[in-house]
Amino acid sequence: MAGRYRSDLNWSDVTPKAEWLNRRQIMTGAAALGLGSIAAPALARFDPVASAFSTDEEPTSFEDITSYNNFYEFGTGKSDPARNAGALQTEPWPVVIDGLVDRPGTYDFDEIVSGQTLEERIYRFRCVEAWSSVVPWVGFELKDLLDRVGVQPSAKYVAFETAVQEEVMVGVQRGVMDFPFVEGLRLDEAMHPLTIVAVGVYDEPMPKQKGAPMRLVVPWKYGFKSIKSVVRISLVEDEPPASWNQLIPREYGFYSNVNPERDHPRWSQKTERRIGEGLFARRIPTLKFNGYGEEVASLYAGMDLVNEFY
Amino acid sequence: MGLAQRINAALRRVPTWAVYLAGGVVPFWYLWLGLTGGLGPEPVKALEHALGLLALQMLVAVLAVTPLRDITGVSLVRFRRALGLLTFFYVTCHLLVWLFLDVQFLDAIVKDIVKRPYITIGMAAFLLMLPLAVTSNNLSIRKLGPKAWKRLHRLTYGAAVLGAVHFVMLTKTWETEPMIYLGLVAALVAWRLPWAKLLEGAWGLRRRNA
Repeated sequence: MAGRYRSDLNWSDVTPKAEWLNRRQIMTGAAALGLGSIAAPALARFDPVASAFSTDEEPTSFEDITSYNNFYEFGTGKSDPARNAGALQTEPWPVVIDGLVDRPGTYDFDEIVSGQTLEERIYRFRCVEAWSSVVPWVGFELKDLLDRVGVQPSAKYVAFETAVQEEVMVGVQRGVMDFPFVEGLRLDEAMHPLTIVAVGVYDEPMPKQKGAPMRLVVPWKYGFKSIKSVVRISLVEDEPPASWNQLIPREYGFYSNVNPERDHPRWSQKTERRIGEGLFARRIPTLKFNGYGEEVASLYAGMDLVNEFY
Repeated sequence: MGLAQRINAALRRVPTWAVYLAGGVVPFWYLWLGLTGGLGPEPVKALEHALGLLALQMLVAVLAVTPLRDITGVSLVRFRRALGLLTFFYVTCHLLVWLFLDVQFLDAIVKDIVKRPYITIGMAAFLLMLPLAVTSNNLSIRKLGPKAWKRLHRLTYGAAVLGAVHFVMLTKTWETEPMIYLGLVAALVAWRLPWAKLLEGAWGLRRRNA
């Protein structure tokens, strides 16, 4: 944490909450309807510090990033998570950290967050389905958590697992894919300063449809790598299974770095469309590593990211 | 008078233009929703998918006209042309949204059609419907003769199967909804097979082999 760029300013200091909550409604001229109900200022929960890793692009509105989600545990439709995730039980939230670590155990969410300096990270978010958004996450570097539990030298990968609460998860009940949803990172990817554990957006606790109470965010990879509602973090020696990769290996690789040069077999990855910009939104070019190449390209030096390590 | 006859009598009072009108406004209603924020944060995909689904639903309705009459005696035959042309209208809207609002770039459009099987199949379904839409009028029936016209309009079965497969192929996982449509289309097309002849043939074959 020491020596990192700091500033006392963050997003919530710049834009009044009513405005970011309702940007799309304001755009469509329906502001008068919406403003009254959200005018009361909520308590800022985190008051995060700003980060030099943040983009200066305009964040997508809170309403849009919380109403258009993929969270297959709660259904496969984009609006299903917003409709169904409310029943997710997040208190208490025990997280198992195990495998090749010095201090394995079950840590409660509050314990994990306490002592971490929370930062605001405004990241581009690129879904494998060729839509994207800009999200002001609140979180801390995964490295800070891994350092606290002590990673042993033999660990090469980190495996993650999403909660399964079958009684409230319609997607799990219907068996739309294998659950628990799992994901994995190479250790150097996990330790990279861009990789964060996010606990909020827009200075609000993480909405349930976005992966409450804590989720991974790896901004240079397709969105599904940023696994939601994490209940287990395991340090391991071999490449761990990743759900989408296991389901359709030809379409979703283990690495899944954002890469306009490698198309999804069923659609092009050369361009993307920002959500929340209406019916006439122009497609914008997709950037390699989602525009984070300067920070992360060196992790993949000498690797064929199109045919082999996609 | 039986129930079917009573329904048929009521249906005779419905003018076909009312079906064209009611069906025709639906895409414009969706467009209006898309323009005013009613289709959510990604209105392009929402509009595209809504129109595609509408087309498939209408296609199922078209295919259901004959079995409905055979089973229940209720006849919608008078409205079949309207339902068919509405299907084509929805498919055309679906295609236009895909071209101009979704993909946007000509080179990407051409590449998608050639490289992505589900889009190739969708385009094939559209092309099969083209001669159907063009010949959905009395003049064409007269010019082609009822027999040839009927044969040509069997393309509907091909278009319906391709349309349903197109839907199944575009989801990321196996989902129930597209499978239901594929099942419906398969059942409605299977209804048309000359079962008596097929069974007779199989029976004859068995007898010869015995």
